[in-house]
Amino acid sequence: MSIVSHSADNAAAIIAARDLSGRSLWVDARRRLFSNRAAVASMIGLTVVGLMALLAPALSPYGFATQDWNVVSCAPPWWPDSSVMCRAGGAHWFGTDAVGRDLFVRVLYGARVSLAVGFVATLVSLAIGVVYGAMAGYAGGTIDGLMMRFVDLLYSLPFIFFVIILMVVFHRNFFLLFVAIGAVEWLTMARIVRGQTLSLKQKEFIEAARAAGVGSAAIVFRHVIPNLLGPVVVYVTLTIPDVILAESFLSFLGLGVQEPLTSWGVLIADGANQMEIAPWLLVFPAGIMAAALFCFNFIGDGLRDALDPKDR
Amino acid sequence: MLSYAIRRFLGALPTLFIIVTFAFFMMRLAPGGPFDSNRHLPPEIEHNIEAAYNLDKPVYEQYLIYLGKLARFDLGPSYKTKDFTVAELIGEGLPVSARLGLSAMVIAIAFGVALGTAAALNQNHSGDYGIMVFAMVGITIPTFVTAPILTLIFGVYGLQLFGFDLSLPVGGWNGGALRNMILPVIVLALPQLAIIARLVRGSTIEVLRSNYVLTAKAKGLPAYLVILRHVMPASLLPLVSYLGPAVASLLTGSLVVEQIFGIPGIGRYFIQAALNRDYTLMLGVVIVYAAFVIALNLVADLLYAVLDPRVSYKR
Amino acid sequence: MSEPILQVRDLDVRFRIHDGNIHAVKHVSFDIDEGECLGVVGESGSGKSQLFLATIGLLAQNGTASGSVRYRGDEILGLPEWRLNRLCGSRIAMVFQDPLTSLTPHMTLGTQIMEGLRSHHHLPRDVAEQRALEILEIVRIPEAKRRMRQYPHELSGGMRQRAMIAMATVCGPDLLIADEPTTALDVTVQAQILEIMRELKTELKTSVVMISHDMGVIAGIADRVLVMREGDVVESGPVDDIFYRPRHPYTKELLDAMPRLENNEGVQTCAAPAADAPNILEVSDLAVHFPVHIGPTATKALRAVDSVSFTLRQGETLGVVGESGSGKSTLARAILQLLPKTGGTVVWMGNHLDAHKRDDLRRLRRDLQIVFQDPLASLDPRRTIGQSIAEPLQSLMPMLTRDEVSARVRAIMTKVGLDPAWINRYPHEFSGGQNQRVGVARAMIIEPKLVICDEAVSALDVSIQAQIVKLIADLQSQTGMSLIFISHDLAIVRQLAHRVMVLFLGRVVEFADSEMIYSNPRHPYTKTLLAAVPVPDPAIERAKLHLKLTEDVPSPLDSRAQLMFLKSRLIDDPDAEQYRPRLVEVAPGHLVAEHDDVTSAA
Repeated sequence: MSIVSHSADNAAAIIAARDLSGRSLWVDARRRLFSNRAAVASMIGLTVVGLMALLAPALSPYGFATQDWNVVSCAPPWWPDSSVMCRAGGAHWFGTDAVGRDLFVRVLYGARVSLAVGFVATLVSLAIGVVYGAMAGYAGGTIDGLMMRFVDLLYSLPFIFFVIILMVVFHRNFFLLFVAIGAVEWLTMARIVRGQTLSLKQKEFIEAARAAGVGSAAIVFRHVIPNLLGPVVVYVTLTIPDVILAESFLSFLGLGVQEPLTSWGVLIADGANQMEIAPWLLVFPAGIMAAALFCFNFIGDGLRDALDPKDR
Repeated sequence: MLSYAIRRFLGALPTLFIIVTFAFFMMRLAPGGPFDSNRHLPPEIEHNIEAAYNLDKPVYEQYLIYLGKLARFDLGPSYKTKDFTVAELIGEGLPVSARLGLSAMVIAIAFGVALGTAAALNQNHSGDYGIMVFAMVGITIPTFVTAPILTLIFGVYGLQLFGFDLSLPVGGWNGGALRNMILPVIVLALPQLAIIARLVRGSTIEVLRSNYVLTAKAKGLPAYLVILRHVMPASLLPLVSYLGPAVASLLTGSLVVEQIFGIPGIGRYFIQAALNRDYTLMLGVVIVYAAFVIALNLVADLLYAVLDPRVSYKR
Repeated sequence: MSEPILQVRDLDVRFRIHDGNIHAVKHVSFDIDEGECLGVVGESGSGKSQLFLATIGLLAQNGTASGSVRYRGDEILGLPEWRLNRLCGSRIAMVFQDPLTSLTPHMTLGTQIMEGLRSHHHLPRDVAEQRALEILEIVRIPEAKRRMRQYPHELSGGMRQRAMIAMATVCGPDLLIADEPTTALDVTVQAQILEIMRELKTELKTSVVMISHDMGVIAGIADRVLVMREGDVVESGPVDDIFYRPRHPYTKELLDAMPRLENNEGVQTCAAPAADAPNILEVSDLAVHFPVHIGPTATKALRAVDSVSFTLRQGETLGVVGESGSGKSTLARAILQLLPKTGGTVVWMGNHLDAHKRDDLRRLRRDLQIVFQDPLASLDPRRTIGQSIAEPLQSLMPMLTRDEVSARVRAIMTKVGLDPAWINRYPHEFSGGQNQRVGVARAMIIEPKLVICDEAVSALDVSIQAQIVKLIADLQSQTGMSLIFISHDLAIVRQLAHRVMVLFLGRVVEFADSEMIYSNPRHPYTKTLLAAVPVPDPAIERAKLHLKLTEDVPSPLDSRAQLMFLKSRLIDDPDAEQYRPRLVEVAPGHLVAEHDDVTSAA
């Protein structure tokens, strides 16, 4: 209420006295984001995981598909439980799996696949969602009604079934995995973009631009898209973990990537099967995946608070 | 109100029809059929089998035959599980899945609403942070990780606490005994509970800031009345709209949970059918699931109209 | 006099926010006596609302209050919630600004009104219902029984605010705190609400706190006045002292800034254009209809603007006055071709304007600009004010170089009173008044021949309002442009307009020279409007015959609505094609819509 505007006025007065170069909303948001400790820590954490995944071959002496029958299902050298059957030596920091492959390297290669699926599928959903949502929102009226009715319809479907059918029908094509998951996730994006476009369309500054003789294309690029960016960025960071989860879920059911390629979901599925005899096979992939998802969520929440500071 | 309900119900039928059509033709696109492994059979026998299942007819004819049977609730025979019709298989699995899903839903809503509201009322205090961290864990850790971990704790190691034996069975259905249901229901409910808690927290904070809550407080109403009467009907509206998607993701989760805990529900049939290319069974399960989700969306819509008098039934 | 009902001593309110602390109320002390009305006046950010929220313990979570508040001698500041709850609503009640958002949308009026009674007095349902009906009678809500079962969104704004007052007074409080209760309402509705508040004060002997930014409202109801600025009480005293013998410069400033109906000193209107000044704009029979859904398939035309005609001469200022729903903003947008018109013609310097002809539109935009109501909303938050001001130049005069654009932007910024050094700043870094200067600069930068100001000062505090009005008047005398000044505020329009058009539900009801409209209004609606404007002069307000209207303005979808002042020609069927009142020239240049004789009209 009045307190909010009051504080804004105060802040304006303070800044006015201090400097003359403007502070854009983006600068403001960045400042708020970087003062959010959880978000900063998450960004650092994700960068580390990402870099390690990229540099995986250089980080460990073992290949991701190399089987060493001397160390089958061996615990990491530092594993605290002394009742394990065998301990791997050397650089097997996360132990080895049932066919003697190094888990550390496999987790990093899994990260490559999972993160790649996350980013690519999110891009697919971004592309479809933004175009569809912006079209519906900008067109308005009956077209908007029909287009959103269709989204509502798809929204309420158990869409993962269609992904499963797709995977079955098209023989677990890796590329298709991206497309299929992206095609499921675009719905929310379309809704967000459409809602934003609709409300932006009614803003007085759009009307002001029209009164100033600005053409529709320029209005879209100069005024609509920059103002859409905030919510879209937030939703993108929240979609990536969703996609990673969906991929791991398919992999868990045996419908994801295939051996010897791996992903976090595949590793977790393997680990869950041997949990009683070799718990490290579950603990490491599950722990790292959960940590990564945590990071994405924290960044997403941090971004939302930074871009839309309503003192949540 | 009644006519609104009827109209919405009739509006849902075409949706179901589209799903059936879409799923049917997608499966027919698949390279190779369910009887590929029978290739070594003499051609005439193969032909007989195909004729028995109408697979020798053009696709559109097969589709019409399927629709005709569907109208009589006949989902056809299973291609792979011999001597059973799809309807029989689903009839066996559905009650199990429904019971599992419903229990999880009830628990997720009850605890999710309670936790979300509690967090909002303690916004930015330790209680709020605790609940939100818990919710984040619930959202980020997938069911197929929580399931084995809980199994390990309660089943394999058989947790002992204050001399009580808290061990639970780690698999099987046992006719739906309570002890067998506890773990799967918790695992299934957890992510939904977390999402609902976050959703309700957000909307409650929004409503708490509204002017009418200030009015209610200025009337000197006791806090519990303000929350029950003025806040909750409004703060639960987003939850109502989430019901449809929630059911959809619950079904997704049930695929995993039924698999891990060895529960004979339709989710497990679906996975088996997918891996075996048992198209009629897959189709049957998809239709049943879709019908469920559509029905719940319908219920959610009606509930919304009841809770928010501003929604007009006329349009 | 016995002891005061409320005794506030040294009350201090602070808020914790992201970047530090806000000291919202600074050590304020005052008393409220039995049966007295205390007016609290101040501009936005003066802390007047927070002061009273703190008094009854309803501060937001990040706020803290210290000092002492005694209700009939008992300390109530810092009481636990359950103790305060016995007082709030039953002994001390509050009415808030916006009646739509302040009523719970999912509960019926009846439930909300009875709720307080039942929880404070534990009355059985039927007794509570009886009380509620009585109180609805007092606040003059017709058909009370039916209204009890309705939801807030089914009522008009004035009806809702009356229900709010009923809700607050149902337990018979001895102190009623009203926080800007009429700010969101039209003037005629405001007059009704104020009348009800006055009755409560005299008949029920309730003490009233009236918080308002409007000196006119305060003059009409208060016995004593507190003037607040930035958390301080700068002056307090009996109402006559404050209005006739103000001592603090801020009080004087506030009183001077108030636009007045009875005279128009302060801002000098530009000299009226010469009689032979050419007509630049001719609007005839302009109509804008919107389809409104009234059923699953059926739609009805909402006549937002219904056959409006006028001409505008070069250098002339036309004032357009009307309440919400009168179509004044739609009219502005239709002239600018921002909305498609349904019928009629707009001729600009001899050319017919048509939204479908692009070349025409370009020329039109060069000459015709608009200033919007909400200064912040009309600026793109992600662009610097320099970019916003430059936008019309870039799109309409693309031949200019970057340096020329920048030079022109800086020049116009100086002209409207903005420091050119701020060119790279963003709207959120400025106050409302400064942002409105940006809006004016953007409209003026291409040197248009006509500027439409659509409620351009309505969202601003009075002192800022006066500055912007002066700025617009100055720019007009420098450039000789024409102006269409749209406002709900008759007093402001008087300061600028040469001629005034009064709109009611999309139609012109009266159109004449400014002097004639204000000194000799002919149409009953114009008279009502003028009578309803609160005057910042306690003596005049006391002498006024107060209106006892309970009638709401009918829905514009109802075809009978426009005959509200011509009931003799009414066909009593909401869908029938009705007689349309014609404009009659009662004196040279004074047009009045046909209407029944006021004395015979109920």
